[in-house]
Amino acid sequence: MAVVFQKTKGLTDKQFHYCPGCTHGIIHRLVAEVLEELGLLDDAIGVAPVGCAVFCYDYFSCDMQEAAHGRAPAVATGIKRVNPKSAVFTYQGDGDLASIGAAEIVHASMRGEKFTTIFVNNAIYGMTGGQMAPTTLVGQKATTAPYGRNEDLAGMPLRVSEMLATIPKAVFVERVSVHDIPNINKAKKAIKKAFEIQMKGLGFTFVEILSTCPTNWGKTPLESLKWLQENMIPYFPLGNFRNVEEVK
Amino acid sequence: MAKELWKGNEAIAEAAIKAGCKFFFGYPITPQNEIPEYMAMRMPQIEGAAFVQAESEVAAINMVYGGAGSGARVMTSSSSPGISLKQEGITYIAGAELPCVIVNIVRGGPGLGGIQPAQSDYFQATKGGGHGDYRLLVLAPSSVQEAVDLTQEAFDMADQYRNPVMIMGDGMIGQMMEPVEFTDVPKRNLPEKTWATTGTKGKREHNVINSLFIDPAACEKHNIHLFEKYAEMEKNEVRVEEYNMDGAEIVFVAYGTTARIVKNAIATLGKEGIKAGLIRPITLWPYPSKTVEAAAAKANVKAFLTVEMSMGQMVEDVRLAVNGAKPVHFYGRTGGMVPTPAAIVAEAKKVLGGAK
Amino acid sequence: MAGKVIFDENTCKGCELCVRVCPVNIVHMDKERINIKGYHPATVKEMDKCIACGSCAKTCPDVVIRVEKL
Repeated sequence: MAVVFQKTKGLTDKQFHYCPGCTHGIIHRLVAEVLEELGLLDDAIGVAPVGCAVFCYDYFSCDMQEAAHGRAPAVATGIKRVNPKSAVFTYQGDGDLASIGAAEIVHASMRGEKFTTIFVNNAIYGMTGGQMAPTTLVGQKATTAPYGRNEDLAGMPLRVSEMLATIPKAVFVERVSVHDIPNINKAKKAIKKAFEIQMKGLGFTFVEILSTCPTNWGKTPLESLKWLQENMIPYFPLGNFRNVEEVK
Repeated sequence: MAKELWKGNEAIAEAAIKAGCKFFFGYPITPQNEIPEYMAMRMPQIEGAAFVQAESEVAAINMVYGGAGSGARVMTSSSSPGISLKQEGITYIAGAELPCVIVNIVRGGPGLGGIQPAQSDYFQATKGGGHGDYRLLVLAPSSVQEAVDLTQEAFDMADQYRNPVMIMGDGMIGQMMEPVEFTDVPKRNLPEKTWATTGTKGKREHNVINSLFIDPAACEKHNIHLFEKYAEMEKNEVRVEEYNMDGAEIVFVAYGTTARIVKNAIATLGKEGIKAGLIRPITLWPYPSKTVEAAAAKANVKAFLTVEMSMGQMVEDVRLAVNGAKPVHFYGRTGGMVPTPAAIVAEAKKVLGGAK
Repeated sequence: MAGKVIFDENTCKGCELCVRVCPVNIVHMDKERINIKGYHPATVKEMDKCIACGSCAKTCPDVVIRVEKL
């Protein structure tokens, strides 16, 4: 009898508090599996955001720090400078990273801070109950966009990966999704690549992961995966925007 | 070691390095620029050290959070508007019980204010500029030498209490050059930082640096724990200078560079037969209330005159300590204006009802 | 046949993602009972059809499923 799949040591025994079908859980698992498979768990230090994933400091089994809203890339900068050999990562949502923390993520990329950011984009504020995020789609309803996001009043969603890909020291930038098995596998590959590049000290690495929010989208978990595929991917195209081969 | 002439800001930076500070995260703002500039020059010369110019003071204080949470001796510096930007980070650092040193070279406020020296950040530093019940240990040097000594001690205090410590100077302390000797400050024996995030190395459970306590009972328990620390600080860390207090009719209360100007005024008053003394708080928090209270109980003391480079902030703590026993007056200049000895002498005479 | 799946039943939140990805359609929600959280837990009756591909485990947001190859 051989084990094909079991819970990774990268996660603690604490059960996730996430809503049923929320794909944060899948993404947590992928990050934890990658850390375990690369043998980095003993040296990893993660930074939790403020948002639904704030409690990931209880879910990841490596050392963790809880950052103020939007400041994870700054906290991670401090951590990596003190622990240059550690595998450092931030795990952030779209409110945390693309709204209040926009300057921090841009400047961590500019400085080429040698840590990895896992950016979970679910086009809404989850923890606080469904407000509009910088990545909320035009026409998508949110509690602070009750008529649907109006581009004349609230602009267009921010494409963070494309934005960061213009920054020289952001040496690996990829957008992936977890809405089906092939994409989950691709997402894991991208996360693994990001940590490998980090440990080679080549610069800042970034993986944007499209994710669902059944509760605040007002859909079932399965409908949410479908909605992501049909609505988010056209606006947030999947793929690699910066790769280390280009960086000699 | 022989005395050397040092500019305040640079002396503070070198003192931090002498105290083992290996990570500095800063941002430009007058009148403290020489601190990040000096660190940018020195840190690359030190093995395993790092200087980072952050994108903002907000980012800088959060880098301090990360570095301190990883067990290193870390410092940041700024001036009034920048310190305001750091307030959220500071309450997070206090809540997560992280040691660090924060230097505030105070300038005129409010808002963009000015760039000349002031003391108008007293409330922010001692009453808490961020949210929640927390305290900073606040040290107020009145000379470059004292700034050097206090900065070195600040790192030990921060580690001992796992709390941020603020060095509160002003534009003069930062920009003035004075003879300085880097003496070895007495070292405290400090516990190992077993709580730091250094990577479990497979040898321990994971460490979590955090200030979130979603369960109110746990959050209150945490607050009570923090206040047990603050009580220890109040018991052990109060520092104050009493100057020329014997038989004083009027007692000045002043700190930092203002206290030096007051000493000048005391000399003048003495020549005119007016006995004046000075209480100079060196720790702004914990405040030397007992010293003020004791002075107020003395029959010879007729009144207190608090002098600050602000519209009057520390005067409230003086009133609290005097508790109505004697009248407490205030004289101040602000916005970057510096009080003159002559003006202070005149004010003292007014308080004492003109002629002796 | 080739594999076996084990559900840590009380961790399941009844989100049904696993049901959709099973290539041999043997995963379903057990409507006869509810778990400690009050959800119908995911389960497999025709275990013999399981090909141990692990898809259900890979899509599960709560790491409920363990997969073994016989």
